[in-house]
Amino acid sequence: MKVAIVGLGSVGRGVAEMIAKKSLGLTVTGIADSTSGIINAGGIDLHDVLDVKHKTGSCGDKKISANEVIKKADYDALVEVTPTNATTGEPGLSYIKMAIGRKKHVVTSNKGPIALAYRDLKKRAEKNGVVLRHEATVGGAIPIFHMIEHGLAGNEILAIFGVLNGTCNFILTRMSDEGLTYEQALLEARQMGYAEADPTYDVQGIDAAIKLVILANTIWGNGVTLNDVNRTGIDLLTPDALRLAEDEGSTIRLIAEAIPKKGLLRVSPRIIEKSHPLVVEGTLNAITLETDMAKEITLIGRGAGSIETASAIIGDLLFIRDRYVERA
Amino acid sequence: MKLEMKDAPGQLVAALKPISEVGGNIIAVIHQRDPGSDDDTLSVQIVLELQKGRLGDLVTLLKKQGVHIQRIGEERLLYRRTVILIGHLMHTDLSDTVDRIDSTGFAEVSELSMSMPAINERSSSRLTIKSVTKDDMEMAISILRSVASEKGLLLIEPLEEIV
Repeated sequence: MKVAIVGLGSVGRGVAEMIAKKSLGLTVTGIADSTSGIINAGGIDLHDVLDVKHKTGSCGDKKISANEVIKKADYDALVEVTPTNATTGEPGLSYIKMAIGRKKHVVTSNKGPIALAYRDLKKRAEKNGVVLRHEATVGGAIPIFHMIEHGLAGNEILAIFGVLNGTCNFILTRMSDEGLTYEQALLEARQMGYAEADPTYDVQGIDAAIKLVILANTIWGNGVTLNDVNRTGIDLLTPDALRLAEDEGSTIRLIAEAIPKKGLLRVSPRIIEKSHPLVVEGTLNAITLETDMAKEITLIGRGAGSIETASAIIGDLLFIRDRYVERA
Repeated sequence: MKLEMKDAPGQLVAALKPISEVGGNIIAVIHQRDPGSDDDTLSVQIVLELQKGRLGDLVTLLKKQGVHIQRIGEERLLYRRTVILIGHLMHTDLSDTVDRIDSTGFAEVSELSMSMPAINERSSSRLTIKSVTKDDMEMAISILRSVASEKGLLLIEPLEEIV
């Protein structure tokens, strides 16, 4: 199957590396970063491209833009892995629409477009006879959507509970284990490269809320948005609060929760028993689903990382290849 | 409560029927034959949930059925939930915060642990609330939510997972 990749940040490079390294039967015919692009119908040498990108910061010809790659390259599926913009969804949103318009399948890790426009994008894809998959948008390497779609096919999903932000979980783990203050734990998270210079997006629960919106829209198609999420962050927590929870065999974690029957869509720090499967350590993510037949199911895994996210994207690509492309 | 009745067919049902008549919810029925006794009475322990004030009605109905009540155990507030409050708890009148729950009559703060790091710093406290029914608990938590938002306190609720 032929693939085009738009975006060569950490995730895009991870995908390119894994396609180059493993014999997956995927040929990359187009690549673009924010300043340059390559189109080669015969297949691009990914080792070369990664090398050039590493040395110069650009992957290819400055005269070829991402737009051009999406519009002109010969591919079956587009891997859209440009940076997330939670407000406009751009440029990813336009890229996805462009590829779907050309009747190309799309795989994305980009939360912005999916959180903002999933229903519209899905409709466009259906109309054009292609699929849009976004496993990598929630829970990093955790194959949550594959599990819901296939493993749990026929189940009604009654509720979702998730630890969806690794930065917050790291901070809370450190506050709980070492008695650090929020400020100390945040500083540590920065030093480890887990937190951005401006941590607002993570610590105020916005990132977790966006992922919750994506889960809710994908599972129930209910069209909820970020504004519908009742959201409280972790930045006002005290070490004393964690100790008080600990005294009763519990701890505090940032939990994203959706229960449609109760109209509940909430991200908030919660008291939770330490033995609960959602209580994971460090930057791990975890998602518990409550369903009518299977009852509770929890998946735990790495919520971020270049290769970990590539795992989710490649899973989507191979699913598309097996189900749609090579069958045709 | 511990009941004593005739060891004859239909007696247990006769003893349980009044419970549903007063709107009670049976949680457990423990029915153990004492091997040492060979009389024709049967002792049964029943754990049940009942709206406040209905116990008297139940006792009357049971007596009418000829059931002898050996003992009525302690009445307990069944639901228990622990929350944590963070903020300027003393400056925002902690005793008023507690009183807003206690004054409902259907829920009460049964435990309170508190830590105050320094003057002017936010303090943290853990409150255990008890109530008779689940609905009462939901009501108590929602009162606490509005008190917290009115006083600028951060309320951390437990994860309740029953859908």
